[in-house]
Amino acid sequence: MIRNSLIFIVLLGFATMMYTLYANFDGNTELNNVARFYANEQNIQDVGAANLVTAVVVTYRGLDTLGEVTILFLTAAIIGFFLKLQQANASHGEPKRKPSEIFETAARVLTPIIFVLGIYVFVNGHLTPGGGFQGGAIIASSFVLMLLVGQTGHFNSKLFNIIESISGVVFVFVGALGIALAGGFLDNRIMEMGTFGTLLSAGAIPIIYIFVGLKVGSELSNILGNFREVQQEN
Amino acid sequence: MEYISIIVGLLLIIFGLWGVLTQKNILKIIIGFSLFDTGLHVVMVSISYVKGRTAPILDDTVSIADAAKKIVDPIPQALVLTAIVIGLGVTALMLAYAMKMYKQKGTLDISGYKELNG
Repeated sequence: MIRNSLIFIVLLGFATMMYTLYANFDGNTELNNVARFYANEQNIQDVGAANLVTAVVVTYRGLDTLGEVTILFLTAAIIGFFLKLQQANASHGEPKRKPSEIFETAARVLTPIIFVLGIYVFVNGHLTPGGGFQGGAIIASSFVLMLLVGQTGHFNSKLFNIIESISGVVFVFVGALGIALAGGFLDNRIMEMGTFGTLLSAGAIPIIYIFVGLKVGSELSNILGNFREVQQEN
Repeated sequence: MEYISIIVGLLLIIFGLWGVLTQKNILKIIIGFSLFDTGLHVVMVSISYVKGRTAPILDDTVSIADAAKKIVDPIPQALVLTAIVIGLGVTALMLAYAMKMYKQKGTLDISGYKELNG
């Protein structure tokens, strides 16, 4: 009883806070000062990315993205470590039921298509909605299909680790090139800017986003693969 | 329109919190955390919405010159992009711990985890 009323009070307090937020909200009619800086004509020309969210994520706040990729790496590492420890003292059980014929065939058809879509999304991150993180997640989802069908056999986490490490190093290296050749860390003007709105534009943004995509894709696949391995051991 | 999205976001936050506080099954608690997370993202994006404007992506309809008059604020969207990825990492970690707990105790019910009681 006491517990329930406490929960009720907490929820009510939260709802009051939320209501204040809602009551003071009346929709903006103008951009604020920071946003106006990012939408400034000269600044857009300087960065050269048609997708302004990408411009913010990869150049203006690129250091943030580096930290974010590090957090994801840390998560993957902790899960790998944690589940491997568990695996050592797990006993083998009988194999799971085989996937049906329809599912297996459909997965075989869809996996390459989803994979290519993922690559398309992160290569075009500076032009269309999407980018490295989204593309990486799509690639990982094609990997889920492969895992469900059981096509991967023994899951090869070494390959993913290598792809992931190389992508991380290239990301930092391209960022550091910005210090030497342009205005600062993660500056994208280290190479030809190209025409605004085409695939080869925005300087180093596509390169950085391709490697972010590869890194995120391999990290998520690694996490999923680790979960799968432990499940099979049960 | 902006009111609908902010209400949905706030309701998701409250539902998520309710789930975290009341549920006994550890997987349902994790779902509650995910709902809370999603609600926060929806609220963040809808607060930055500017009436009658479009996504901050420039193409044939939104030229560079009139970008400042036609797009919404790109910064909260970039922040939410970050938050989604971090939320995914946190969820994956929570699931790994839940898996470990299940293996140790043979149950997903948190009232079976006696040593966590204060």
